[in-house]
Amino acid sequence: MNGWVSALFLRELRLAVRVGGSGVVGVLFFLAVVTVIPFGVGPDLNLLARIGPAILWIGALLATLLGLDRLFQADRDDGALDLILMSGRSMELVVLVKCLAHWMATGLPLVLAAPVFAIFLNLDPVAIGAVTLTLLVGTPALTLIGAIGASLTVTLRRGGLLMAVLVIPLAIPVLIFGVSSADAAIHDPVPFLTPFLILCALSLIAAVIGPFASATALRFASD
Amino acid sequence: MAFWDFANPTRFMRLTDRVLPWLIGACAIAFAIGLYKSFFMAPEDYQQGDTVRIMFIHVPAAWLAMMCYSVMTLSSIGTLVWKHPLADVSAKSAAPLGAAFTFISLITGSLWGKPMWGTYWVWDARLTSVLVLFIMYLGLMALWRTMEDPIKAGKAAAVLTLVGALNLPIIKFSVDWWNTLHQPASVMRLDGPTIHPDMLIPLLVMALAFTLLFFTLHLMAMRNEILRRRVRSMRQKAAASARPAAATASTQAAE
Repeated sequence: MNGWVSALFLRELRLAVRVGGSGVVGVLFFLAVVTVIPFGVGPDLNLLARIGPAILWIGALLATLLGLDRLFQADRDDGALDLILMSGRSMELVVLVKCLAHWMATGLPLVLAAPVFAIFLNLDPVAIGAVTLTLLVGTPALTLIGAIGASLTVTLRRGGLLMAVLVIPLAIPVLIFGVSSADAAIHDPVPFLTPFLILCALSLIAAVIGPFASATALRFASD
Repeated sequence: MAFWDFANPTRFMRLTDRVLPWLIGACAIAFAIGLYKSFFMAPEDYQQGDTVRIMFIHVPAAWLAMMCYSVMTLSSIGTLVWKHPLADVSAKSAAPLGAAFTFISLITGSLWGKPMWGTYWVWDARLTSVLVLFIMYLGLMALWRTMEDPIKAGKAAAVLTLVGALNLPIIKFSVDWWNTLHQPASVMRLDGPTIHPDMLIPLLVMALAFTLLFFTLHLMAMRNEILRRRVRSMRQKAAASARPAAATASTQAAE
C-alpha cells in the first residue's frame, strides 16, 4: 500500500525537478511579476509596503496557474495516465500524491523565494514572516484547486488559457484570506489567527474537493 | 415514473410541443401585467424617484441568475449520478441563459448605481460575488465550446458545475469578509423601510414573469440542442456510409 504511494511520489518529484525544471521557471516568473508591479504603480516605497502582501499573493497565484498544465498533460501524452487509471489504485489518492509532489516541486520554491522578493517591496520583518507563512499554508490549496482545472482541460490541445479562466474564480477565497491574514499581521483591525485559521480550513477543504473532482474528471476524460 | 419518461428525447419533444404554447402565453400575460404595474401603477419612491423602477427588472434578473445555477447543479447531478440523457442538454442550454440574466442584473444594477451612489461600479460584496458568478458562467460556456464530443463535454462541465456549487457559498462568505474588512458597508443600505405592498406586488409579478421566461427559453434551447445533436449524428452517419473505410467513426446516439 505505502510502496506504490511513495514510488509514485518520488517519480513525480524526479520528473518535475529533472524535466524542464518548472520549479525554477516558476520562481523566475514570480520574480518577473514582482519586478513589473513597481513599474505599473510607481516606486513609492510606502505604497509598495502597503500592497506588498497582495503583490506576492497574486504573483504566487499566477506562477501556480502557469505551472499547472504540467500536472497531467505530460502523463496523458505518453500514456502513463491511462496506465495509472487501469492500475486499479484509488484515483483520488493518486491525484493527491501527484498534487503533493507538484507542490513540492513548484509551490515550495515560490514560498521559499517570497521572503527575498518581499525585501524588494519594502515589507518589514513581521510582514515578511506573515506573508511567507500564509503562502506556505495557502499555495497547496491553489495547487489542489488548480488540479480540477488541469484535469478538466487535459484533453484539450491548448487548455492553459481556459484552465486559468476556470480556476481563478475558485481561487478567489484563498486569495482573500491569504492577503487579509497577512494584512492582519501588519496593521491589525482583526487578530491574525482568525483569517489564518480560515485559510487553513480552505486548504483542507481543497484537499478533499480537489482530488475527488479531479479524479472524476480524469476518469471521464479517458476512454 | 415521470422522471424517466423525459429520458426519451422524442417523448420530450412531443411533450414540450404541447406545453410550450401555454408557457409562452402565460409568460406574455405575466409580462404585460408586470410591466404595466411596475411602470404605470407602482408609486415613485420618495427618495429614489423613478429610478426605483429599475428594481423591477434588476431584482428578478438577479434571482433568476441564482436559480439558473441551481437548475444547472441539479442537471449536473442528473448527468453524473443517474446518467440521465437529457440532463446535460438541460445544463448546457441553461448556462447562456444564466449568463444573460447575470449580465442583465449587473447592467441594470450599475445603471441604478450611477444616480444613487454616483458611480457605476462599487466593489461591494454583493456586486463582486455576482461578477464572479458571471465569470463562472462564461467559463462553463467556454468549456462546453472547446470540447467536440457533447457527452464528454457534458461530464466535464457537470464536474465543474458541482465544484462551483460547493464553492459559491464559500466565495460569497469570503467576499463578504473581504469587503467588511476593507470598507464598512455605508453605501449599500437597501434595507431602508420595508417594501410597501404597492411595490411588492409588481415585483412578485415580474419575478413570476421572469421565471416563466426562463422556463420557456430553457425548453426552447433544449429542443434546439436535441435537434442539433440529431443533425450531428445524421451527418456522422452520412459521412460513415459515404466512406465505408471511416465507418469506425463513433456515432453517438442522440435519438
